[in-house]
Amino acid sequence: MGLFIAQLLTGLANAATLFLVASGLSLIFGVTRIVNFAHGSFYMLGAFIGYSLMQVLPGAIGFWASVLLTGVLVGLIGVIVEVLVLRPVYKAPELFQLVATFGVILVIQDLALMVWGAEDLLGPRAPGLKGVVRIMDEPIPLYDLALIAITPFVLFALWYLIARTRVGVLVRAATQDREMVAALGVNQSWLFTGVFFLGAALAGLGGAIQLPKGGADLLMDFNILAAIFVVVVIGGMGSLPGAYIAAVLISVLNVFGVTYLPQSTLVLMYIVMAIVLTVRPYGLLGREEVVGEHGQVGEPERPIKPASTKARVLVGILLLCLFALPLAGSHFLLILTTDIIIFCLFAASLHFLLGLGGLVSFGHAAYFGGGAYVAGLLVVHVNAPMELAFVLAPLGAGLAAFIIGWLCLRLTGVYFAMLTLALAQLLWSLVFQWDEFTGGDDGLVDIWPAEWLSQANSYFYFTVVVGVGGILLLRHVAHSPFGYALRASRDSQRQAEATGINTKRVQWMAFTLAGTLAGVAGALFIFSKGSVFPNELEITKSFDGLIVVFLGGVKTLSGGVVGAASLELVKDYLTRLEYWRLALGLLIIVVVVLAPHGIVGSLRKLRERLSGRAEDDVSTVTSSATATANLQSPESER
Amino acid sequence: MLELSGVNSFYGKAHILRDLGFSLNAGEVVSLLGRNGAGKTTTVKSIMQLVKPDSGSVMFDGEELTRLPTHRVAKLGIGYVPEERRIFTDLTISENLEVGRQPPRPGVFSWTQEILFELFPNLAERRTNRGKALSGGEQQMLSIARTLMGNPRLLLLDEPSEGIAPVIVEQMAHTILKLKSEGLPVLLSEQNLHFARMVSDRAVIIEGGLKKFDGSFAELEAQPEIRDAYLSV
Repeated sequence: MGLFIAQLLTGLANAATLFLVASGLSLIFGVTRIVNFAHGSFYMLGAFIGYSLMQVLPGAIGFWASVLLTGVLVGLIGVIVEVLVLRPVYKAPELFQLVATFGVILVIQDLALMVWGAEDLLGPRAPGLKGVVRIMDEPIPLYDLALIAITPFVLFALWYLIARTRVGVLVRAATQDREMVAALGVNQSWLFTGVFFLGAALAGLGGAIQLPKGGADLLMDFNILAAIFVVVVIGGMGSLPGAYIAAVLISVLNVFGVTYLPQSTLVLMYIVMAIVLTVRPYGLLGREEVVGEHGQVGEPERPIKPASTKARVLVGILLLCLFALPLAGSHFLLILTTDIIIFCLFAASLHFLLGLGGLVSFGHAAYFGGGAYVAGLLVVHVNAPMELAFVLAPLGAGLAAFIIGWLCLRLTGVYFAMLTLALAQLLWSLVFQWDEFTGGDDGLVDIWPAEWLSQANSYFYFTVVVGVGGILLLRHVAHSPFGYALRASRDSQRQAEATGINTKRVQWMAFTLAGTLAGVAGALFIFSKGSVFPNELEITKSFDGLIVVFLGGVKTLSGGVVGAASLELVKDYLTRLEYWRLALGLLIIVVVVLAPHGIVGSLRKLRERLSGRAEDDVSTVTSSATATANLQSPESER
Repeated sequence: MLELSGVNSFYGKAHILRDLGFSLNAGEVVSLLGRNGAGKTTTVKSIMQLVKPDSGSVMFDGEELTRLPTHRVAKLGIGYVPEERRIFTDLTISENLEVGRQPPRPGVFSWTQEILFELFPNLAERRTNRGKALSGGEQQMLSIARTLMGNPRLLLLDEPSEGIAPVIVEQMAHTILKLKSEGLPVLLSEQNLHFARMVSDRAVIIEGGLKKFDGSFAELEAQPEIRDAYLSV
C-alpha cells in the first residue's frame, strides 16, 4: 500500500512538467492552428536556460526566480520565432507552418549544442526542498510534494485567464474565427504573438521545473514531443483541465509501468491513447471539430493535369541519365542516387495521401520502417529468400496501414494526424523494446539482396525500376477514377458523399495504398543498406517525409518527388558541416518564407506572374458567379 | 464619408468587382442591391479589407482604407456585420459582445451591453447562453449588437434579412431606422427590395461587379426596366 501511494505521488509530480508543456502546445494550437513541432525545443531550452540561471542565482529565492525568469526568457524566444518565422507564412496553405517549426527545431538543437555543449547536465536540487518525508514508510521527495501542490494553481491561473478575462475571451473567439475577430477591430497578430509568448513560456517553465528531478540534454526536445501530443489529444484539444487529467493519467501509468511492466513503458502511453480515442474520439474533455471549421485557407485547389509533352520528354531524359549513371563509375554517386530514389518513393507515397487525399499523416514512417522490418524479420527469423521478403514487405506495411487507417479515419483534421503519429510511435516502441524478436536498439543486420542483385549496378537498376515504377504508379492512380474520387473526398466530403462516393472507404484505400508503397520503399531501403534500425520508423523519419512534401509543394503533383530529391542532395552536402542542423534549419526556414507554396508551387506562381494576368481575365467572366458563391460560403474561407 | 472609386477586386483569379465606385454621405442609409453573385458581399469585404482590392480607392473620412489591415479599418469606426453572422458559438452572448467592445469614440454614441439588451430584449434573457443556442434571427441580432459594441461611425450590414422570419425582418427594419435616427449611417447589402426600401434613402444596384444604377427609390420606381433587369423580384 505504501509503495502504491508513493508511486501515485511520483506520477502526480511527474505530471507537473508534462502538463505545463502540453498546455502550452494546446494553447498555441487552439489560437493559431499551428501544430508547433518546436514545442519540445522550447522545453529543452527551458531546461538549459534554467540550469544556467540556477548556477548564478543562489538559494531558494534564486531557484524559484530562475524558474520564473526562464519562463519569461523562453517566452521571448517564442515571440522571436513567431515574429520572424511564422508571421510571414500564416497565409500559406494549411499546415505549411509546421515545416517552419521543424526548421526551428534544427536551429535550436545546434544553438543549444554550441552554448551548452554535448554533455548531459545534471539538474541542481531545489534549495530547501532537498529532503524527503516518509509517507507510510516510503520516502517521498519534498520537491515532488511541492510540484504536486503547485500544478493545480497553475491550472487554475490558466483557466482563470482563459475563462474570465478579456484576453481569454479574445483568445477563445480567435480560436473559432480569427478573421471575424480582426473585423471587430482586434489586432490578431498581437494576439498570436501573445499566445505564442504564453505557450513558449509554459514549455520553458516545464523545462526548468523538472531540473531537480532530471537535467538537461540535447535529446529532450524529441523525447517529450510525442508525450505532449499524446497528452493534448487524450485530454482533448484546447481543454486545459483535459490536459491536466491526461498528464496525470500518463505520468502515473508510466510510473507503475516502470515497476510492473518494464518492457512496455513506451508502448503503454500509446495504448492508453488508442483506447481513449476509440471510446471518445475527441479526447476526454474535447469537443468534436465542426466540419469545415478548418477548411482550406487561401485559394482553392487547382485541377491536376496529365504531364505535357515537354514534361514527358524531360522525365524521359532524366530516366535515361539514371540508367546511364553506372557508366560514370562512381560508387558513391550510385549509393547517393539509390538513397534519393528510395526517399522519393517514400515522399511520393506520403504526398499521395497528403496532397491528393488531404489526409495529414504524422506517422508515415511506420510503413516505411514497417516494410523494412517485415523484410528483415523474414530474412532473420525464417531465412526467407530475398524475393519473397521483398514481396511480403509491402504487403505487411499495407496491412499495418489498413488497420491503422481504419482506426485513424474515424477522426478528422488534427486528431487524425495525432492518432497516426501515436500509432506509428506505438509500432516504433514495439520494435524498440521487443529485443528478442526485433533486435531492439541493435536493429537487424546482415540482410542482403539475392545473388542476381548482389552487384552494386544490378541493385541500382533494380531500385530505379521499382522506385520510379512506384512513383509512376501513384501518378497514374491520381489520374484514375479512384484519384478523382479521392480528391473529391478531400475538397468536399459532403458533396462527394452526395454523388455516391463512399469517402471514408476511398480514403481508407488511399491510406492503405500509400502505406503499401512506403513499404516498397522500406524494402528497397533494407536490402540496399543490409540493415535496419528502429529510427527508420521513428517520428523524425515521419517528419522528414512531411518536410519534403511541404517544401516540394503539397498542391502540385510532383511536389513530393522534387522536394525529396532536393532535400537529399542538400543534406548530403550539408551534413559534412559541423553545425549542419543549424544550416539545414535556416535553409528550411528561408525556403518556407520565400516560397510559401513549396518549391514547385512557387515556381509555377512565378511563371504565371511573369506571363501576366491577361490570359486569366478571359476565363473569369464565366467563373465569377461560382467564385462569388464560394465567397459566400463560410466553410470555404475560414 | 465613404467613397469607393475604380475598385477592382478578385477572388483567386475571378474578377469580381469592375471599376466599382459609389459614395455614402453622413447620416445616410444606402442599399446595395443586386442578385446573388452580383458582388455585394465582395464590395462589403473590399471596404473591410477582408478582400484586398487590386486597384482603386476606398476612402473613409479622408483615410485610404486599401492600405490598412482589417483590424485598423474596424478601429477607424467601420462596423461590419457579416452575411453569415459569424457568431462565436462557443462563447456566451455576453462574451460575444465583449469581443466587439472598443473604447468610446468622441462624437459617437457609446454602446454598452445594458443599452444593447434594451434594444434587443431577446438577447437579454439569454446573456449567459452560448451563441450556438440561438436561432438564426437571434444570431443576427447578436451579430449586430456585437458590432455596435465597437461604437461604429458607419455600419456595414451584409444581407441581414437573409433566411430570417418576416416578423424579425420587420423588427430589424425598426432597429435600423432607430440607428439612423441616432445619426449612424448604414451601408446595407440586400436582395429584399421591400426591406431595403423601408429603411434606406438611396439604392446602388450592381450586376456582375459593375454599377448599374445609383439613385433614389423614387427614381428606381420610375425605371421598372432596371429593376426587372438587375433584381430578382
